Amino acid sequence: MSTVLWIAFPYICLTSFAVGHVWRYRYDKFGWTTRSSQLYERRLLEWGSPLFHFGILGVLAGHVVGLLVPESMTAALGVPEWLYHVVAAIAGTAAGLMTVAGLALLVYRRRLTPAVFRVTTRMDKAMYLLLAAVIAVGTFNTIGINLLGPGHDYRLDVAVWFRSIFWLQPDASLMASAPLTFQLHALLSFALLGIWPFTRLVHVFSVPVGYLARPYVVYRTRGDRPGARPPRRGWEAPGS
Amino acid sequence: MRVMAQLGMVMNLDKCLGCHTCSVTCKQAWTNRRGLEYAWFNNVETRPGQGYPRRYEDQDRWEGGWVRTPKGRLELRSGGRTKRLLRIFSNPTLPGLDDYYEPWTYDYDTLVNAPAQADVPVARPRSLITGEPMQIRWSANWDDDLGGAPEHAPHDPILQRIGERVRLEFEQAFMFYLPRICEHCLNPSCVAACPSGAMYKRAEDGIVLVDQDACRGWRMCVSGCPYKKVYFNHRTGKAEKCTFCYPRVEAGQPTICAETCVGRLRYIGLFLYDADRVLEAASVEREADLLEAQRSVILDPDDPAVIDAARASGIAEDWLDAARRSPVYALTHRYRIALPLHPEYRTMPMVWYVPPLSPVVNAVQETGFDGEDRSTLFAAIDALRIPVEYLAELFTAGDPAPVVASLRTLAAMRAHMRRANLGEPPDETIAASAGLTPAAIEDLYRLLAIAKYEDRYVIPSAHVELARLLDAQVACSVDPALVDPVSRRAAGRPGPGERP
Ligand code: SF4
Ligand code: SF4
Repeated sequence: MSTVLWIAFPYICLTSFAVGHVWRYRYDKFGWTTRSSQLYERRLLEWGSPLFHFGILGVLAGHVVGLLVPESMTAALGVPEWLYHVVAAIAGTAAGLMTVAGLALLVYRRRLTPAVFRVTTRMDKAMYLLLAAVIAVGTFNTIGINLLGPGHDYRLDVAVWFRSIFWLQPDASLMASAPLTFQLHALLSFALLGIWPFTRLVHVFSVPVGYLARPYVVYRTRGDRPGARPPRRGWEAPGS
Repeated sequence: MRVMAQLGMVMNLDKCLGCHTCSVTCKQAWTNRRGLEYAWFNNVETRPGQGYPRRYEDQDRWEGGWVRTPKGRLELRSGGRTKRLLRIFSNPTLPGLDDYYEPWTYDYDTLVNAPAQADVPVARPRSLITGEPMQIRWSANWDDDLGGAPEHAPHDPILQRIGERVRLEFEQAFMFYLPRICEHCLNPSCVAACPSGAMYKRAEDGIVLVDQDACRGWRMCVSGCPYKKVYFNHRTGKAEKCTFCYPRVEAGQPTICAETCVGRLRYIGLFLYDADRVLEAASVEREADLLEAQRSVILDPDDPAVIDAARASGIAEDWLDAARRSPVYALTHRYRIALPLHPEYRTMPMVWYVPPLSPVVNAVQETGFDGEDRSTLFAAIDALRIPVEYLAELFTAGDPAPVVASLRTLAAMRAHMRRANLGEPPDETIAASAGLTPAAIEDLYRLLAIAKYEDRYVIPSAHVELARLLDAQVACSVDPALVDPVSRRAAGRPGPGERP
């Protein structure tokens, strides 16, 4: 059982993540968009969206440090465990609360603005559910366990297990001993990664950093298109 | 000098009937799809009026176009690149649907299927956004023909700028129509604002397009365009805009809006311009100098040095030939009567307008004077401050001189042609007062008043034979005098606008 949960499942999800993105990029560039609903509603979005996105960027940064930097390394840099713990719990709480508040606002808006709800797909709903679950459990871990509760040094089990997946030497025993909510958070997160390429979340990989470097005005040639090109998406088919 | 070719358009505002045929045919061709119900790649606004979307010219609010920094550099009005990326999660200068309007349809079904009842069934309006019954409060053209002007027109940003309380009572109003499409700017701020690099200017003909596969729906182009001519398809999540009907112009045919224009007031042709000088010209300090700067970027297609440079940059001979016969170059540069819309946005717009003389003529005639007499018209142009100032705010960043010059040329043409029509001996001083020869003024008259299809649209294509075939099918019903431009030239007749 623990092999399935902590070895097979993550690899399946990661494969789906990687292959899914390649497939989607190859065959559905037209569907690759943020699908913004700002045109329908702006007042709630103005608050919810930056709150959520800046919050989740903070959360991402925290995960990079927490999961990818081994405890031995911060120790070697002279950061004692208690200090790391305090900083991580406080920063994590701030970012987590921002994210939760933002997401709550966005979901409220999505459900109660008729125009926005009307364009919400089934995939969106599944994605929101999973995303909310991941964030809820993660926030509980940060606040309920690490800030106010007994605390758990995930850098000794979860993080080591997480890295071991990428070294292709997964060690399931590390996770088996982690607290239940940490286990849950890990499983839900991998599930989210698994459906990621098939949701609107693909827009995360479109962060336009290239914009900072390119010239303002872009020129392109028409090229010598030899006659008709194969039909592509973009126009509704007749009768749709 | 780096010569590039640009397709441009000129619209002669005196001839616009405000019939909206152009808008409707454009919509049928390009935007009759879900997600773009509210999009009008071509719209016709009544001025004075708020335009579409509402008050789009209020750049303090929408932050479209470019500004010149104190150091003399150009920057997008909405700020630099980093600032734009920081605003990516919620774009504060994106117009909402209420700045456009909520598109709707009607419950037609009830008309035929309602059960027998005492009241006549009605088709109630239903929102295309929510599907719910709705109250129609605004649309793309709510203030058409000055409808509701006492209430709506005072919100016209241009009227507010000239700071004049124009009386909008029926008998004193001046009014004209302003058809608008995307300007296919030389220095497009929509392209500059696109974080994904999905928008581009075509190197061959300057048409500005959105790559639908590369657009990620950040909506910065909508804000960046000061003319609000990029629309966000709210169903596909991608930006769409006027394409200058590129599939048609590639085949040598005019755009749909031009092809179907009832007033036959649109001209399409080529400009040659110096791409190396665009930025410099768009950055001149005084806004009133922008018109001249913009004119100076466009090159004389008869100048041998320009021709050599154009050949060096790979522009084909038939394109050079089309540039020499370009009706738009004739109107903007040979006769200098066409002016760009809002040069102060510094995007170098490539749709130009011949300002309307009709508000002046109407005012003159209403007071019982002769609306075709040169000195009366000249005096009226000088005396009627409000129309001229208003036009100057639209076309010359507030400088009345080029507007007056353009209107004087039109007035001189009117007076000169009246004498000719009445068989009176020509009065050379009339043409001279517009800085033209009588022959030139007659040529201008031909171009503005009676030019045929192939004189109004000089569009080179890679598939001339095919285009002509298509032309013959489509255009014969529209324009009986479809003359082959090549044989026409072989017969020794000059093209339109070539000054004799
Ligand atoms: S008018 Fe057209 S080319 Fe110019 S900024 Fe707007 S969308 Fe871009
Ligand atoms: S079709 Fe021509 S005349 Fe009619 S509104 Fe459009 S531009 Fe004006």
